[in-house]
Parts: sequence; structure tokens; C-alpha cells
Amino acid sequence: MSEAAKADTPFVTAAEEKVAAATQLQLTWWRFRKHRVAVISGIVVIFFYLMALFADFLAVTGPHSTDAARSYIPPQAIHWFDQDGSFKPHVYALKGRRDMRTFKLVYAPDPSDRRYLKLFAEGYSYTFLGLFETNRHLLGLDRGVPEDALFLLGTDQLGRDVWSRLMLATRTSLSIGLIGVALSLFLGILLGGVSGLYGGVIDTAIQRLIEILRSIPTIPLWMGLAAALPSDWSVTQVYIAITVIISLIGWTELARVVRGRFLALREEDFVTAAELAGASRLRIIFRHMVPSFLSHIIAAVSLALPAMIISETTLSFLGLGLRPPAISWGVLLQDAQNLQAIAIAPWLLLVAVPVVIVILAFNFLGDGLRDAADPYG
Amino acid sequence: MLTYTLQRFGLALITIWAISVISFVIIQLPPGDFVDAYIASLSASGSMVRQEEAQALRQLYGLDQPIWVQYWKWASRVAQGDFGTSMEWGRPVTEVLGDRLWLTVAVSLAAIFLTWGIALPIGIYSAVRQYSMADYAFTLIGFVGLAVPNFLLALIIMYFGFVLFDLNVGGLFSAEYQLAPWSWGKAKDLMAHLPLPALILALAGTAQLIRIMRANLLDELRRPYVATARARGLAEWRVIVKYPVRAALNPFASTIGYLLPFVVSGSIVVSLVLSLPTVGPLLLRALVAQDMFLAGTIVLLLGVLTVIGTFISDLILMWIDPRIRAGIHG
Repeated sequence: MSEAAKADTPFVTAAEEKVAAATQLQLTWWRFRKHRVAVISGIVVIFFYLMALFADFLAVTGPHSTDAARSYIPPQAIHWFDQDGSFKPHVYALKGRRDMRTFKLVYAPDPSDRRYLKLFAEGYSYTFLGLFETNRHLLGLDRGVPEDALFLLGTDQLGRDVWSRLMLATRTSLSIGLIGVALSLFLGILLGGVSGLYGGVIDTAIQRLIEILRSIPTIPLWMGLAAALPSDWSVTQVYIAITVIISLIGWTELARVVRGRFLALREEDFVTAAELAGASRLRIIFRHMVPSFLSHIIAAVSLALPAMIISETTLSFLGLGLRPPAISWGVLLQDAQNLQAIAIAPWLLLVAVPVVIVILAFNFLGDGLRDAADPYG
Repeated sequence: MLTYTLQRFGLALITIWAISVISFVIIQLPPGDFVDAYIASLSASGSMVRQEEAQALRQLYGLDQPIWVQYWKWASRVAQGDFGTSMEWGRPVTEVLGDRLWLTVAVSLAAIFLTWGIALPIGIYSAVRQYSMADYAFTLIGFVGLAVPNFLLALIIMYFGFVLFDLNVGGLFSAEYQLAPWSWGKAKDLMAHLPLPALILALAGTAQLIRIMRANLLDELRRPYVATARARGLAEWRVIVKYPVRAALNPFASTIGYLLPFVVSGSIVVSLVLSLPTVGPLLLRALVAQDMFLAGTIVLLLGVLTVIGTFISDLILMWIDPRIRAGIHG
């Protein structure tokens, strides 16, 4: 029994009436809300994007400031309470000492030199959201510069603060996913829509094209294309090129979803009704068809995003994607590429934690959205 | 049935053609033609190339002719098994590749069999005991396998192998067999080293397969014929395995078409991390050194092998699925 018919019967509760009158997106939203894991994942994703937005603010030291003397400092412990038991988070400053056997400078925390953590402290200056220059950061120290004493996640070989670099890497990796998906979505809707709408020879041709693209192993292909980017390109140019390369193959899944929806909807009664009522083709597509598969597209996008992020991370990890000085998850993980590096500095692998969390969250979110996309099902 | 085979075969041919074009483009992409690169690499090592010699080389490869003639010349040489010379190694590409291509195939196939071996029983279990604790646990593990990129998993396993067991888990052969000619001992050594990279590769693909198997089997288990079988007093084990699993298996088999490219892709990255003697590390090195004939050939051969694998899987699918044989698409 259709929803409209239900609404016509005299015995309807207020709740039923609400359901009958709801739009597709409202129904999707109500159903999505019931999917606990997906909602939590959605919050996690939003949290990470906020982190990407305020990356400079969350970073404590300049991501490119190097100090060879401070290479491979392990993550610092934060001490929450002062000696007298009052709540005063602090870290121990590091004191350099010459190892008399190897003559290497080794750093050890010095419990007598306490540096207290301060909120909204001053640090290196940056442009906040591209709007105004500031030097305030979420975390800082009461005295001394954070470059010397604050290493929440340790430092890498060149003495750069891993925490600060991780913040900026999150921005790069998450935004490359968004832009890549936007490009894929454009191609996917265009080709998938044409394929589903017109059918016939065009449909067959596009379907074969998709099949061919899907049967080629992607990573060697990406590697080949990415390696051909001129080495004198700027960070931005490489960034754009990598996005294009990744989305050149990523559109196929989205096109498949769009085509499937078009094919299914073409036969629906309400489309026939609109046709008989004399609605133009464009009006049928945008007024009647698109709203009813919008939620499907949102679901497909949230499943395509993690794939994009993995692609970028993998390419950069291989050294063929973004190149330093660009900072992304893949670029950071490149430092942990071999056993020696991980054995010396296992904390470099901590970068993997946000990668896994974000990809998991996107997958759960996409799953929940996909279930919710069929509110009548 | 014949139409289906021909159709698949035709598509495979077109795909191979497309891959060859892409490989050719990759070879052509770096600035300057490869004779320039060749001369540069030779002069770097001290020897000179005379002008006439360079000209002769250009003519041999048709570099003075339009691009599609160049493609044709290259493609016809490739079809005869001549893949050109590797700049970096100064030897024919086929010689440089050596065993690496077959080792890539071995790793990929092992990964696919392992994926099936893991996904099939878990998929069946998850469907039969839907919403049990184990079902949730497997789903979670599957999701983690999906979310952790291959290379990360390899890194993490390598790290724990080192820290906990003081083990260097890289490579496909023990030291004494690395350069040794093939023998039973070497083959056995390979079998002992294969499971780890195969497992790392397999974990990423199993999640999807488990979900497909579980969903398919759940659909089948709700069918009336299952209730009939139960009502007739068939043992529960027989009820499940004899009919619904068989029916659910068909779409399962067809997924090899996407699994193969996926696993081959993954093997490149995993090989790099675990330093396996497959084509992965070679490809990266060739690309970084702009050794384009080697790189292009690897891309081409990987693509072609994948297409052949997919074609074979199509044939197997046709053999086990009577619906496809009869030409019914369902």
C-alpha cells in the first residue's frame, strides 16, 4: 500500500500523517538517525573536518621548522597534576646530555624544569582561515617557545614536530578527497546520467568503458601517470594533478549508481505521470528524478571518499603523489617506510591512527546512508 | 553459450588494446623522446653516441613519424615479445623482469585463494548465525581490513614481527635461496614465505566478499525451498550447504573480476614495504629513474595478465553457473 493511500484512510495518527507528508530527504534523515554507529561515525567525520579547518590553530610549532639536534625525540608524557596535587598540566623540558660512549647528544626529560601548558598561547604566526594573521594556538607553554619543549607526538628525523605536521597533513589529505570526489561526481553524474537516460548504443559504449577501466589494476596505472608529472611543478600544481589522476578512475562506481537509479526511475509511475502532464525533460530530471535519488548519491559519495583518501595516501607513501614540502598523511608515512625507521622511531606509525579512524568512519557513515537512502524499503 | 564466450573474449581484446594504448602513453609521457634519455644515460657513464647513431636509433623506433605510426611499430614489436631495452639496466626488459612477473602472479593468486578461503566459511557462518556475537566480530574485523590500507597493514605487521619475535618478515626467499636456481628446496622456501604477504593482501578484499556472501546467503535462506527441505527432515548442515550455499556462491565467483585488479594493485605496494622480489619495487624504481620501457612494459604486462585472469574467471563462472550458460542474465 502506498503512502498516499494510507494518508487517505480516515484513521491515521499524527505520526503517520507526518511520515506521509515528509519529503524524501526527511525520511532518509529519520531513518539514518536510528543507525547508531553511522551517526557516531558522522560526528567523527565532522570532527576531523573541523580539525582540518583549524589545523594551524591546533598545531603547536611551525610544521617546517627543523632542528637536526632534536631528531627522533619520543612522544612526551603530559603530567596532569602539580606536586601539591593541584590541576596544572605540564611537561618536563628536555635537557641535552652528551653520551660519553657514542658522543651523541641525547635528550632526557628534566623533572626540575617544568613547563606549564597554556591555552590560546602565542606561537608561530599563520593566517587564520585565510582571513587574518595571528599567532594564537590552542596549546602552548607558559615560558620558552614550544619548538624547544613541546613534542606531543615526538619528532621525526629532521626534528620536526609530528603532532603539528599531522594536523596540517589532515587538512591536505581530507581536502584532496573532497575535491577528487567532486570531480568524480561530476564525471559520474554526467556519464552515468547520459547512459541511463538515453540507453541504447551510448549506454552500451559507456558501460563497456566502465568495465574496461575497472579491469585495469589501478595502482600501476596511477604510478605511471603520477611519475610523469614534471618534477619542477609547484606543490599546488602537483596537488591538482594528483586529484585529477585519482578521480579519472574513481568516477566509474558513481556512474554505475547514477545509471542504475536512472534506469529504475525511468519506469516509475510518477515519471510517466509527469511526462503525460507535459513536463519538459529537464523538469522531470531535476524536479522529480534527482530528489528521489539524491540520498543514493550522498551515500555513494561517502563510500567513494575513503577510497580517494587511501589512493592519495598510497601514492604519496610511494613517493609518487604529493612531494615534500607538501604535507599529507602519505608524505608523513613515507618517513616510516622501512623497518629501520620504525625500529628507531615507532611513534612515526601513530600517523596511521587517524588514517584508519577516518576511513572506518566514512565506511560506517556510507553504509548507514545507503541503508537510509531507501526509506520505503 | 558461444555468444557469451565470444562477447567476453571481444571485451578482453578491447581491454588489452586500451591497456596497450595507456602503456604507450606512459612510455611517451616524460619530456623528450627516449633516444634523448638513452644518450643522456650513456654520456653519464662516459660513452658517447655519434649523431648518425642517434639518427639510426630514431629511425628504428620511428620517432620521426606521427604518433600512431610509432604506436603501431611499438605494438607490433611487443606482440613479438620484444619489449625494448631497459635504460637503467642496459639489458632487454624481459631479462630484467626475469622471475619477478611470475612471483607477482604467485603472490596475487595466493592472495585470492586465501581471500576465498577466509571469506567463504565466515560468510556462511555470519549468515546462518545472523546478529550473533561472532557475526558482529567478523563484521568489525572485516571493516578494519577494509579501512587499513595494504601498505599500512604490512608496516604494522612488520613492526610487530620485529618487536615481538625479532623477526625480519620481508622477502619471499631465505638468504640461501635468493640467488639460487630453481629447485625443490627453493620452491618449498617460497611456499613458506608466501602466506604472510598473501594474508596482508587478502585481508583487504575479504570484508567485501564476506558481506556479499552473507547477504546472498541470507536471501537464499529465506526462500520457501529451504523451509521445505527442513520440513522434510534434512539435517541442518545439509539443508544449508547443499542448496542455498551453492546458489549464493555464483555471484561470489563473479567478484573475481574486480578482486583480481584489486589484488594486483595491492601487491605492488605490499611488495615495496616487505621488499618482495616481484615487479612492484622494480616498477617504482623504473618510474623514478624514468626508465620508461621497463615501466611501460610492467604496466602493460600486469594489465594483460589481469585481463586474462578475469577472462578465465568468466569461463569458470560460465561452467559453474547454468544460468549464464543458458544465456539468462540474472
